[in-house]
Amino acid sequence: MSEEISLMKGNEAIAHAAIRYGVDGYFGYPITPQSEIIETLMEAAPWKTTGMVVLQAESEVAAINMVYGGAACGKYAMTSSSSPGVSLKQEGISYMAGAELPCLIVNVQRGGPGLGTIQPSQADYFQTVKGGGHGDYKLITLAPNSVQEMADFVALGFDLAFKYRNPAMILTDGMIGQMMEKVRLPAFRPRRTDDEVRAQCPWATLGKTPDREPNIITSLELDSALMEKNNERFQAKYRLVEENEVLYQEVKCGDADYLLVAFGSAARICLKTIEMARDEGIRVGLLRPITLWPFPDKILHRYADKVKGILTVELNAGQMVEDVRLAVNGKIPVEHYGRLGGIVPTPDSVLDALKEKVVK
Amino acid sequence: MLQEIVISGFGGQGVLSMGKILAYSGIMEDKEVSWFPAYGPEQRGGTANVTVIISDEPISSPVVNKYDIAIVLNQPSLEKFEDKVKPGGALIYDGYGIHKKVERNDINVFRINAMDESMRMNNTKVFNMIVLGGLLKISPMVDVENVMEGLKKSLPERHHKLLPMNEEAILRGMEIIQLEQKAV
Repeated sequence: MSEEISLMKGNEAIAHAAIRYGVDGYFGYPITPQSEIIETLMEAAPWKTTGMVVLQAESEVAAINMVYGGAACGKYAMTSSSSPGVSLKQEGISYMAGAELPCLIVNVQRGGPGLGTIQPSQADYFQTVKGGGHGDYKLITLAPNSVQEMADFVALGFDLAFKYRNPAMILTDGMIGQMMEKVRLPAFRPRRTDDEVRAQCPWATLGKTPDREPNIITSLELDSALMEKNNERFQAKYRLVEENEVLYQEVKCGDADYLLVAFGSAARICLKTIEMARDEGIRVGLLRPITLWPFPDKILHRYADKVKGILTVELNAGQMVEDVRLAVNGKIPVEHYGRLGGIVPTPDSVLDALKEKVVK
Repeated sequence: MLQEIVISGFGGQGVLSMGKILAYSGIMEDKEVSWFPAYGPEQRGGTANVTVIISDEPISSPVVNKYDIAIVLNQPSLEKFEDKVKPGGALIYDGYGIHKKVERNDINVFRINAMDESMRMNNTKVFNMIVLGGLLKISPMVDVENVMEGLKKSLPERHHKLLPMNEEAILRGMEIIQLEQKAV
């Protein structure tokens, strides 16, 4: 066994990856099923080694606003929570999008609405990709489907957030957060120095800056003509993200007559369904969106000419299915199968749904 | 090799940690593993189960339809998982917690009196290690040496003095597990 391989939960992988990436500050408030993130950070005590701040805030609202403050100074700042807690953070997320600040938010989803359950769910898809807060903004959204991707997407999330000066989210759930798998953690890299932050983030507020005019970070602009200009700048940036940053995975799509479309935990379940279906002679593939925004609509549009039908599999009542339908634009039938409120479907129930709804 | 196992019982019986040690042992042998708990709001006294998969190939879904082996350590677990054992698969139960009989006759049924044995050993905390020993006897998916190595890795160093006691419990479990019904 290689020494670099560990066995850990997805939540733990996020915590270790954050320390190794050189994150400057984590601010959070405990909630199941993601409390291992702050627990692991507290136990690792990175303030003694890298100098990373780990702080349990008095509330989720306080935590996201601490992230706002850290990000305004050009720091790598992050928070995590689960569905009800992420609802509380929406105001702060909208403000950060409006102030064009980069940060990483992790949502380990649980069943809702309201306090709901503590079991896995994907019912926050709409909240995440359609704007859970107010205003015309977009959230760069990554959907890991393994403990390895939980670790890897911390770096990817921060890289994209800083590239576009926009908040990024890891949208996962209680299944990937709580399960243990093998993981190869990324290498340690030091936190950036003040000089590096100054050079890389000319927009950041850094206290005394005698060599230039002070930077002002705000989402407020009372002159609506100027606010429209701001919005146009955001929209131009969003089009760039849509053009350049789409990520997806295709599994056995080459000869497929039918397509499953699923992300995160549901995509893992679908991998088994594909094997079972192919054993029965049904040629089915999986298209897994890795970025939920930007959504892989162009590739789905192309598949509309190749396959006879699509089934989306989601741990919700049918959310991503709307984006898949938009992408194929009525060319082929797109159906949805999901379980609700924290129930996780089995691979054979997905196969039954595929046969009943799509394979005819 | 692909083994899909569920371990189920009351919270506090060591169900999740037994699964973790099994998964660790799999890693020691360079196998692919997944450990997926069904967690409730309860801790001690509530119900807990974990699906552990050990495989030579990458694992697709951590959620499975049916199990090769179900280890049930209380009555609700038997009721929940008896139907989910593959035909020809195995069901292991502890006599202490089960008062109704297994109804299926197409699975191998093993009884292990691990709770009684742990009381005889004056240490009910090794209960789950006795059960693990029983499992490894009927399905030697990992070496006992690797289990001990996995145990060492998953236990904090301050608990390493307990390793010999755990090894003894595993060996006892291998001795006391009994085949009660052969699949027809």
